[in-house]
Amino acid sequence: MLDSEIVQITFLSLQVSAIATIISLLIGLPFGTWLALGDFRGRSFILSIINTGMALPPVVVGLVVAIMLWRSGPLGSLRLIYTPIAIIIAQTVIAAPVVTGLTAAALEALDPRLRQQLLGLGASHGQMVWYLWREARLPLLAALMAGFGSVISEVGASMMVGGNIRGQTRVLTTAIVLETSKGEFGSALALSTLLLVLTYLINLALTWIQQRGHKTDRQSAPRK
Amino acid sequence: MIEIRNLLIQRNGRAVLKIDSLDIKRGETLAVVGPNGAGKSTLLLALARLLKPMTGEVIFNGKQLARLDDLEYRRRISFVFQDPLLLDMTVEQNIALGLKFRNTPREEFQARVWKWIKQLGIESLAKRRASQLSGGEAQRVSLARAFVLEPELLLLDEPFAALDPPTRVKLLQDLSALLVEDHRTAVFVTHNLNEAAKLSHRVAVIVDGMLRQVGTAKQIKSQPADETVKAFLQELPQ
Repeated sequence: MLDSEIVQITFLSLQVSAIATIISLLIGLPFGTWLALGDFRGRSFILSIINTGMALPPVVVGLVVAIMLWRSGPLGSLRLIYTPIAIIIAQTVIAAPVVTGLTAAALEALDPRLRQQLLGLGASHGQMVWYLWREARLPLLAALMAGFGSVISEVGASMMVGGNIRGQTRVLTTAIVLETSKGEFGSALALSTLLLVLTYLINLALTWIQQRGHKTDRQSAPRK
Repeated sequence: MIEIRNLLIQRNGRAVLKIDSLDIKRGETLAVVGPNGAGKSTLLLALARLLKPMTGEVIFNGKQLARLDDLEYRRRISFVFQDPLLLDMTVEQNIALGLKFRNTPREEFQARVWKWIKQLGIESLAKRRASQLSGGEAQRVSLARAFVLEPELLLLDEPFAALDPPTRVKLLQDLSALLVEDHRTAVFVTHNLNEAAKLSHRVAVIVDGMLRQVGTAKQIKSQPADETVKAFLQELPQ
């Protein structure tokens, strides 16, 4: 495998997973907030669906998205199957429930009177939500990390909807599967190491941001 | 300033607060006393429009609360809970929070924040994070955060209940002085009739979700309106 090909595969992996994570955040943050703060019939049912979605097998997601995007499928006219966009769609379906569920859990863990306190101080609904996010920023960052982790490491969906096409939809995980199937264990191990290092570096950066906040809290432990 | 008429609040189909008539005058401090679960905090939440009554009305400065915009109304009042519920930021930022919500110009809110930091004697804490404070210090910050808004109506829900006795006595004295000095209209929920007597002009007794009696602390002690009030007074620590 050429160095330039490895660079292209790595860049595509990061690009696809980062876009899917950002879209998941844009969906999961407001939806999770709505679930956490809402008081309506069917809320527990929706939460149970989301929690189940957090454990969705990527191959099942890949299968459903492939059926939808297949040429004869309902969205076949968009001609997205075997494109990076198809991988982004599948990865978003995997990560969005993770971000939604963890966002809801993070906000539900806050003191429920905090909402009343913020409103009692004259906060608009938007201001209240913003300050609740601020208070829950550490678990929300963990939700983001979990969302990214769930997609950068998945292989089933990317393989099924992306097709592992060289130079077009091959990402690190699908390349590792291919190299292993050819018996090229050296290449597969090198790609695996690259994937692990990249995942580690990204999580290191996010953990550093998260722990910076946590450290401030620990340094300012309650003085009784 | 506040007129409550035929107020009924239900939770899960059960009446948790019923008040036929209660008036609060401008500049008055009304203490609300009663046993646990009597409906005292429910009254405050209803006055803050954080709970909507099933029937009846609350009139604020001659206007029905139900017809006022919730946000506009809430920006004329302020609420202090039993727990300080401070945010993870500095004391100064916590006190400025309500002013920020109201888009108060920065130069004005700095002056107002520091006025109340000084009034409550917490200058040395201003740059400290909220999580570094003791219970008494945090409750002082919570009071400053409410007073800085110069609200037309101040709602205090047992703000000293979680504090140790010496801190409680000191804060009570300070709050009493502030309310007298400031002529702020306030509703103060407490379990303690002596505390109510020190702070308020009048006391309202709520037992089992019903307003039983309104009068001075002395009147309530000497002439309880009915057996329920009498029983409540007998259960209070002497």
